[in-house]
Amino acid sequence: MSGARVAVVTFPGSLDDRDALRAVRLMGGEPVPVWHADADLGHADAVILPGGFSYGDHLRAGAIARFAPVMAAVAGHAERGGPVLGICNGFQILCEAGLLPGALTRNAGLAFVCRRVHVRCETAATAFTSTVEAGEVLGVPVKHGEGRFVADPETMARIEGEGRVVFRYCSPRGELGDEWNPNGATNHIAGVANDRGNVVGMMPHPEHALDPDVGPTGGQPLFESLLQFVLAEV
Amino acid sequence: MRRRFEVVVMLKPGMADPQGRTVQDALPTMGWSGVTDVRVGKHVELTVEADSEDAARELVEQIAGRLLSNPVIEDFRILSVEDVG
Repeated sequence: MSGARVAVVTFPGSLDDRDALRAVRLMGGEPVPVWHADADLGHADAVILPGGFSYGDHLRAGAIARFAPVMAAVAGHAERGGPVLGICNGFQILCEAGLLPGALTRNAGLAFVCRRVHVRCETAATAFTSTVEAGEVLGVPVKHGEGRFVADPETMARIEGEGRVVFRYCSPRGELGDEWNPNGATNHIAGVANDRGNVVGMMPHPEHALDPDVGPTGGQPLFESLLQFVLAEV
Repeated sequence: MRRRFEVVVMLKPGMADPQGRTVQDALPTMGWSGVTDVRVGKHVELTVEADSEDAARELVEQIAGRLLSNPVIEDFRILSVEDVG
């Protein structure tokens, strides 16, 4: 598996761009660093908006980054059906940009949460979960202060009705419960997709969860799915 | 003419406000009672150069609607307008 070019956008204040680039390389893709002021994605097949605190999280997390020059290219890529993954701050940016529904607000407990969690994959019908079975539980870390997914009731009904919830926080055995929900997210939602399944946002960090020597490996199947998706398209 | 607009951005009614909740919970520990609700928002001042107040207000509303607030979770309102010469 090679030849899949995956762009990782660095905004001022991005933190996890290097891990995302490394993850792409480790999983057999070709990482393409992209700067927020760039006008294009360097002919990439897919794009990752990484975690961090773009523009210092000023105003709201992701509120300024969504107007960065590169975001027009990201939106165009998404519109053409190209895979886009927003991780943590990247998820916040995609919601602010209107490429994903809902919003991420301050954690219910107010505390910054930094720990390993489990998420249950709810759908294989996205560019990032095609090799995961619905119901499968993945171990991944979270680290965020504003990760509580919310949406108005109509939007929430639509997301749920159309099967666009990609991940829910859960117990190691896949059970749902407030004790497994690190931020108070509505319906335990950890990740959602757009209507076509090519744009996915998630609060947990798959790019930190690849190497069995340092933690859980729940991120591996997401990158495998992405690379397969890209190669199937070529 | 320059005018200064005060804009306040608040979480929509019914949207959980952990910051407000935390402030509220702190009040009794400091000996204050009788406060039944606390909501925390943002206060923004924009000084705008424009030919008319209507033009300035329209610009401020655009900025407040597209950037200062996220319509999914927040409402904004213009609190006041002041001529600053």
